[in-house]
Amino acid sequence: MGTFFARRLLSTLPVLLIVAVLVFLMLRLTPGDPAAVLAGDAASTEQIAQIRAGLGLDRSIPEQFAIWFGRLVTGDLGQSFYYKTAVTDLIGQRLEPTVSLAALTIVIAVLVAVPLGVIAAWRFGGWLDRALMAFSVLGFSIPVFVLAYVLIWLVSLQLGWLPVQGYKRIADGVLPWLQHLLLPAITLSIIYIALIARVTRASVLETLGEDYIRTARAKGLQEKRVLIRHALANAAVPIATVIGIGIALLIGGVVVTESVYAIPGLGRLTVDAVLARDFPTIQGVILLFSFVYVMINLLVDLSYVFFDPRIRY
Amino acid sequence: MESVVRHPATLADAASFDALSVEAASVVTQESAWTRVRKSLSVRLGAYFLLLLVAIALLAPWLGTVDPSLFDPASRDLLPGRQGEITTLEGETLKHRFLMGSDSFGRDIYSRVIYGTQVSLIVGIAVAAVAMAVGIVLGLLAGFLRRVDGPLMRLMDGVMAIPAILIAIALVAMWRGSLLTVVLAIAIPEIPRVTRLVRSLVLTIREEPYVEAAVSLGTPTWKIMLRHILPNTVAPLVVQGTFICGSGILTEAILSFLGVGLPPDTPTWGNVMAEGRAQFNEYPHNIFFPGIFLALTVLAVNILGDGLRDTLDPKMAKRV
Repeated sequence: MGTFFARRLLSTLPVLLIVAVLVFLMLRLTPGDPAAVLAGDAASTEQIAQIRAGLGLDRSIPEQFAIWFGRLVTGDLGQSFYYKTAVTDLIGQRLEPTVSLAALTIVIAVLVAVPLGVIAAWRFGGWLDRALMAFSVLGFSIPVFVLAYVLIWLVSLQLGWLPVQGYKRIADGVLPWLQHLLLPAITLSIIYIALIARVTRASVLETLGEDYIRTARAKGLQEKRVLIRHALANAAVPIATVIGIGIALLIGGVVVTESVYAIPGLGRLTVDAVLARDFPTIQGVILLFSFVYVMINLLVDLSYVFFDPRIRY
Repeated sequence: MESVVRHPATLADAASFDALSVEAASVVTQESAWTRVRKSLSVRLGAYFLLLLVAIALLAPWLGTVDPSLFDPASRDLLPGRQGEITTLEGETLKHRFLMGSDSFGRDIYSRVIYGTQVSLIVGIAVAAVAMAVGIVLGLLAGFLRRVDGPLMRLMDGVMAIPAILIAIALVAMWRGSLLTVVLAIAIPEIPRVTRLVRSLVLTIREEPYVEAAVSLGTPTWKIMLRHILPNTVAPLVVQGTFICGSGILTEAILSFLGVGLPPDTPTWGNVMAEGRAQFNEYPHNIFFPGIFLALTVLAVNILGDGLRDTLDPKMAKRV
């Protein structure tokens, strides 16, 4: 297990390295002088020259990459051109809202989607099953920002149940934090629920056809126990996998949702950085999101051992 | 000689993809794929709605619209259905009914939404075309040339590790928004998925007896790829292409909505919604009308894709 963990961790390194190269090249492939692009439209000639020297642009591309990458592994993502602070500090300030939103979304999605999927599979072809399948097609199709506005209009403006926008830090009290986060998290969880419920249904449906389910029922086990202990437990691996893959959807959704609900998180930072053409920040955020995505999928891989003891590494 | 091993294939030809698997082989004698596709309720539903959208896009100038860039200060923030005035480029003032109201510049939202259909469909189809074309070439190369396979697929893993929307946002930021850059920026993160699909299909198909026969007859590799392998990848690719088209339309709207897509004066659904944001409390319809069009369009494409997948590609239907 230990060696497997080490091996699996090592196997993510090439992917992360390629991501770093791609993010690095994205800036270098920009038409024109990267220093001028980095400096922005309002920069003076000296500023551009300074940036060029700072980036070592007079050197060869591999050398430049080595310097940039060397800083990267020591945790130096460079200076934001717009906020004039270190990108790592900037990310640190914006981390809490995004982590809160993503965590709450995953909790809501799993708590809703897994039971729905199990019941739909259990009553295969019934009204709940058909409703769930229709909902999952809808969930994939309704753009997250359209849904966000429908919910704001209905829940906040018409019913007045929850605040329209903004974010309260968890340090200022759990209740206001939750109130501000609930609507964005519900918005974001819809597509995730569609995805997870669909896979849960499919994989539970498959296990329900197995012999051991018939055996479990034949020996008189409660149906609830059959569904949870026998069917769901054996269907857990695909469900865990799709939760991991769905993180990519979630990250995309975070960018949009934070923008609509005016949450000062990493997604909002990404959009602001793009609008300000703040390239070091864009690079930093993309690297961070990709790193998180790869790491979460690594954890999902490792979780297979927990969900399915037959899998041994 | 060659005609013996040549494999007949068009989209409408069932034999072309049934050869993919043994389990599907018995289906050949039953209905053709085309018949099954036409019979599918999902395919019909999706296709009819999309045809309606194509008609709207083509007939946009004759659907009671005005030039979507026209504005009139006297007609700002009108509610849906109100009568107002709009000034043409020639300085002529026309009476106009604002079916979906007007925005804060006094532009007709109905006209902008109707013309937005053109942009969305063009972007969706172009994104699918670019992603498929590049993905097919790369997938064939990876599946056939061992030396290319390793490095290329690692590169694709790297691209896939970056969330698609971030690649699109970053690329548009680098290139600045225009139709071409937006299409490319949305298509690039889709390429790895197509490449992987084509590669896996190639690896399966190249073990088929008819490919072995072609190889033993000394058919050049490029000919085997184009004549024997590519036609058999059509069905799964049509399905994949449909889904890419749907997500392309969605991503374009997201980019425009965030203000990093096409220039704000371009009539796109995302731009109309972006403009409606500031006044959402008073005029929610500025966001809801384009939102409904967007949601229905993506829904239609996805329903069409689901239908095509269930009828054309039963193996994939089982996987999802």
